[in-house]
Amino acid sequence: MAIQQISVFLENKEGKLAEAIKAISGANVNIRALCVADTRDFGILRLITSNNADAKAALSDTGAVLATDVIAAKMDDTAGALSRILDILAEAQINIEYMYAFTGAADLGAYVVLRVNNTPAAEAILKAAGISTLCDDDVKAM
Amino acid sequence: MPHYYQPEIETASREEILAIQNEKIVKQVKHVYENVKYYRDLMDAKGVKPEDIQSVDDIKKLPFLSKADLREAYPYGLLGTDLKNCVRIHSTSGTTGKRVVAFYTQHDVDIWNDCCARAIVAAGGNSGDVCQVAYGYGLFTGGFGLHGGSEKVGCLTLPMSSGNTERQIQFMMDLGATIICCTPSYAAYIGETLAEQGYKPEDNKLKAGIFGAEPWTEEMRRSIEKSLGIKAYDIYGLTETSGPGVAFECCAQSGMHINEDHFYAEIIDPDTGEVLPEGSKGELVFTSLDKEAFPLLRYRTRDICVLSHEKCACGRTHVKMSKPMGRSDDMMIIRGVNVFPSQIETVLLNEGYTPNYQIIVDRVNNSDTLDVNVELLPEQFSDIVAENQKKERALEIAMRTMLGIGPRVHLVPPHSIVRSEGKAVRVIDKRKLHD
Repeated sequence: MAIQQISVFLENKEGKLAEAIKAISGANVNIRALCVADTRDFGILRLITSNNADAKAALSDTGAVLATDVIAAKMDDTAGALSRILDILAEAQINIEYMYAFTGAADLGAYVVLRVNNTPAAEAILKAAGISTLCDDDVKAM
Repeated sequence: MPHYYQPEIETASREEILAIQNEKIVKQVKHVYENVKYYRDLMDAKGVKPEDIQSVDDIKKLPFLSKADLREAYPYGLLGTDLKNCVRIHSTSGTTGKRVVAFYTQHDVDIWNDCCARAIVAAGGNSGDVCQVAYGYGLFTGGFGLHGGSEKVGCLTLPMSSGNTERQIQFMMDLGATIICCTPSYAAYIGETLAEQGYKPEDNKLKAGIFGAEPWTEEMRRSIEKSLGIKAYDIYGLTETSGPGVAFECCAQSGMHINEDHFYAEIIDPDTGEVLPEGSKGELVFTSLDKEAFPLLRYRTRDICVLSHEKCACGRTHVKMSKPMGRSDDMMIIRGVNVFPSQIETVLLNEGYTPNYQIIVDRVNNSDTLDVNVELLPEQFSDIVAENQKKERALEIAMRTMLGIGPRVHLVPPHSIVRSEGKAVRVIDKRKLHD
């Protein structure tokens, strides 16, 4: 199962990130994981949250907001676990656009968020390899 | 069926128009020579006497006036009558330097209002219309010009002035405005705000918009027409010649009819000053034929356009000027290349972007830089960095093709560029700060 990530397009300018995060906290939304991509011109803030609908509404004044499907794969917290996932995807010729990792607050499990060029294919391959992935309800329940 | 405000003059034959112009120019040159010392000195220096001007064909003998002359003669040097005969002052925005002040007698205000009334009727206006004037009121000519024209036509006139977009929209919807007059960039902003508030183009009662006071492109016209559900008409004028209404668009939307009974137009070579034949592209020069208080002769507008006497479908006989390809004031010289903001706007609209952009020109290590900030629509943005950068590169290539020099394009979030409620600030030229 894929999960929904929300992304915010921000100016690469002081205060813009603070403004976005403040908007989310104002809506009482908890951030499970985040990743910021920065370029000279703009930044893209990607978030996994406890409530995407509220987060999106709160962010709509801050910048362009977008919802995308990403995969959150569970890993053993041991050396080589991430390497195994990446190998599986590489072998299947799936390209990773970007990724980031986080630890589940409740189960203290390690998760990697993957944005790939073919989400359904990646999911199927990971499932076949016995790697479990999160769904939106899992994220909410975390 | 086209309508005219003053059919007898708007559809007069070429001979009739020439007869009016010839009669007026003889009187006007005499009036100026006798009352305006600044211009008398220019004529004397050129060895031209009022009696040398017997018809509009002789206008080419007269000296030019430029914006520099207006600045030098500020404030009263070009006044054509006693101040006690004047009833009004307007002024340029001063964006390109020292302000220019223009004076009006009641007669001058009346003919100006007539010119604007012609424009409103040409856009389909009549006494049953509700005309929302969202140009700034004050020293700027836009508000008072269209206001006067609207009242002459008998429209119910809403003197909104510019700004306070929430209130503009509330009055537009509640009072059923059918015509709106403002700058094209403000019209685009109102359209955008209406959409954000959940209104569809067909929800308003507007049928026409009369937009001027800044350069705009055909692409922008189509975009405004779509967002407001109207026909958008161009109007032209300068404070120096009275204000909007010197020329206006008719239903043909293919150039603006110059009010030739009040203004005589020439196209000259901007470098040599030589008058060019019809159909040539050059600088537009206006001679006011009957203004009393600020009677400019051969005023160089710095607008580059083409004149055409081709028969117009609307039945009007007055000469048409093309949409100015850019005022030399707007033209930037970047690395030796002439660049107009309208060219950049054309690229953006062609590529599916909004006309919300800002151009920043600077000089780094003695070389000019051109940066264009472009607002993204929410649906145009991608969570993948490379996808956004691909859009920037594609715009850079399209602009390089159009301009001949390469800009750097930066995508910025929606609403991050400050909206103008009067004239848009499209260009920030930081080179001027260094000079």
